[in-house]
Amino acid sequence: MDTKKIYLDYAATTPVDAEVLKTMLPYFSEEFGNASSLHSFGRNVMDAVNDARKKSAHFLKCLEEEIVFTSGSTESNNLAIKGVLRAYEKNNTEIPHVIITMFEHNCVLKTCQRLEKEGKIELTFLPVYADGIIKIVDLEKALKKNTLLVSAMYVNNEIGTVQPIAQIGKILAKVNTKREKKILFHTDATQAVAYFDTNVKKLGVDLLSMSAHKIYGPKGVGILYVKKGTLITRIQDGGAQEFAMRSGTLNSTGIIGLGKAIELLENNKQKEIKKIQDLRDYLINKVLKEISGVRLNGSRKKRSPSIANFSFSNVEGESLLLYLDANGVACSTGSACSSGSLNPSHVLLAIGLKPEQAHGSLRVSLGKYTTKKELIDFVSKLKKVLEKLRKVSGELLKEYYAKKK
Amino acid sequence: MNYSKEVIAHFTAPHNQGVIKNPDGMGMVGNPTCGDLMKIYIKVKKNIISDIKFETLGCASAIATSSMITDLAKNKTIEAASKITRDDVAEALSGLPLIKMHCSNLASEALTAAIEDYKNKIK
Repeated sequence: MDTKKIYLDYAATTPVDAEVLKTMLPYFSEEFGNASSLHSFGRNVMDAVNDARKKSAHFLKCLEEEIVFTSGSTESNNLAIKGVLRAYEKNNTEIPHVIITMFEHNCVLKTCQRLEKEGKIELTFLPVYADGIIKIVDLEKALKKNTLLVSAMYVNNEIGTVQPIAQIGKILAKVNTKREKKILFHTDATQAVAYFDTNVKKLGVDLLSMSAHKIYGPKGVGILYVKKGTLITRIQDGGAQEFAMRSGTLNSTGIIGLGKAIELLENNKQKEIKKIQDLRDYLINKVLKEISGVRLNGSRKKRSPSIANFSFSNVEGESLLLYLDANGVACSTGSACSSGSLNPSHVLLAIGLKPEQAHGSLRVSLGKYTTKKELIDFVSKLKKVLEKLRKVSGELLKEYYAKKK
Repeated sequence: MNYSKEVIAHFTAPHNQGVIKNPDGMGMVGNPTCGDLMKIYIKVKKNIISDIKFETLGCASAIATSSMITDLAKNKTIEAASKITRDDVAEALSGLPLIKMHCSNLASEALTAAIEDYKNKIK
């Protein structure tokens, strides 16, 4: 990484750890075999893939055959939802009911919205409150006779708030004891696995999605944990790879990298959580104390150690992001303009922000290479940039609302 | 989404940014829902826009189009300035991403509103 630049976008992606890269390198040109081949070229690679599978299973506290390697969380989430639906459709004619939170990542949200539009599912959105967290009572109320699946993200990717996954798991387990048709529980744990408990038994999930590139592994590889016995059918046809759950030649190099990333994560998790959380608190305190017209989005405490999301008054997020970029700082925003659409982030609107607050949002996400000095530099640059942009915007917003009255 | 050099130049160092006290015309357009608010102030001498300033709350292209339209309108007659279109602004900036074309629209609307305000005042 360019050390002069300040990278505060770890929730978007992380650099590949040097040790991960070292582990992967021989599997490009030397050990290049197709893991599914029976000869030694293939077997050597399959051994390494299985080693990664073992590490993954250890990390999630599950069986090795419950690990399905995919191309990342988007695929894992698609497979979880569509795969469960497909298996259900084989034996049922009634349209099933699916529950998701209002602020799921687009790969869950759009998948479900499309299925609803196609008339394949009945869909309920759980509201999210100002703290960025759902209420269990809403879930209990939302359950129906035909509920097939509940999908709730573990850590929200934009504001970093944590959902009570284990609690949902418990409720559903209890409800399921009285039901003939069990409700399945899926969580998108992409932003959570580096910082929170990943024991699938404790969480009570049937399906869990994660990606390698958020934990210092390579891009283009991830996992869908599928609890043994879960009724799910593959959605991509072809070979019988991954227990016939995911056809396609294994991305062995990526999988091996993911295995190493998981191993490193497990070894250092507790130490890193503490360090990053301290930095996050330092950042939040400093920004709230030293900058005017700012709010922290989502609960202060129930959040990922890595993510802080602020809204700044009288600035627009894309402008802010690009001014920061010109100053060597990389962040992210929920403003419409950054996403190529005209609507601001559905996540920020879901927690009750006004459009202008959502447009003025900035996500700052920390990682294991973040230093206190970087945060000090960041805040000083942020102040300068805000001053400049607020000069350009003057009192327009106030004037606009005064005229409206 | 990539911006042209011209957009970045106007965005990072906008021209004619600020307020004109006692302007001859003033126009504000946009709304906070879409994220962009734009205001243009003009001073008119002998039917010529002798000074023009803007304030903008918005994205990079909103700021760049505001800056560019003030450049295009400055020292023009009221009639000539009225004819500046969104395409003129976008062209002068070497193009805008498709999704951002509405920003150039906003800039020309703000200028038109300021000119209308001026015309109403001298009636």
